[in-house]
Amino acid sequence: MRETIINGGACVQIDGDRAIVSARQQGRALALGLGFSAGGATLVATAISELARNILLYAGEGEIVLKPVERTGNEGLVIVARDRGPGIQDIPRAMEDGYSTSGRLGLGLPGVKRLMDEFEVVSATGNGTQIRAVKWRRP
Amino acid sequence: MSTDLPELGVDVPILKQGAYLIATVQSALSDADLLGLREAIMASIGRHRSRGVIIDVTALDVMDSFATDLLCEIAQMTRLRGAKTVIVGIQPDVAYAMAHMGLTLEGIVAALDLEEGLALLDQGANGRKS
Repeated sequence: MRETIINGGACVQIDGDRAIVSARQQGRALALGLGFSAGGATLVATAISELARNILLYAGEGEIVLKPVERTGNEGLVIVARDRGPGIQDIPRAMEDGYSTSGRLGLGLPGVKRLMDEFEVVSATGNGTQIRAVKWRRP
Repeated sequence: MSTDLPELGVDVPILKQGAYLIATVQSALSDADLLGLREAIMASIGRHRSRGVIIDVTALDVMDSFATDLLCEIAQMTRLRGAKTVIVGIQPDVAYAMAHMGLTLEGIVAALDLEEGLALLDQGANGRKS
């Protein structure tokens, strides 16, 4: 079943490292507004921080879209991270712990997947990357 | 106590208390702020011949992979300069998210708060090494 979009939400342009902080703070505020626990909101904020940094690191710029949703009486926050960068060539490999093409420690994507309830990567080489992740107030 | 504060985007005051430095994070930090903090701590260790460093992260909203990497790096660098680093004040929600992500502060000594951190440095920081 598809979820319904609730009012509110935000679209944060990721064009520098201050924007990472801004995106995760907006995500935390939205999650708390949906009734998430402080712990749940911190999981969301941490995931946004990782996704926003990936945009900056691999694509230079992009955006984080935050959408409050509802499904069968449960509220959730959808995070969409998208950029027009080089895309991920080998998605299964990018999902392995410790794999990184940036020279830094991997952990980015598998870590985000562990933080969120739903996680999907859409990427075609040369066509940018889109990642969609959802966290539910009640898992 | 004295303050020395190289240029940072966000204020992380570094106080000198005897042979120790205490860096207190006041708000969410950007990646550039964290890199600035590393430079400021390294410079202060040399200037004050410090034997121990406490980084108080009570006010930090998120510890993601970048912040975790950087704190580990600071601890390793200070060790090479003869000083021990203790991270204090990791909030329960932040610890929860770090554990979920699988982030560990490898080789870092952590303590509950500033008081515990100072006690650990006094003991030679041989305490809860992860």
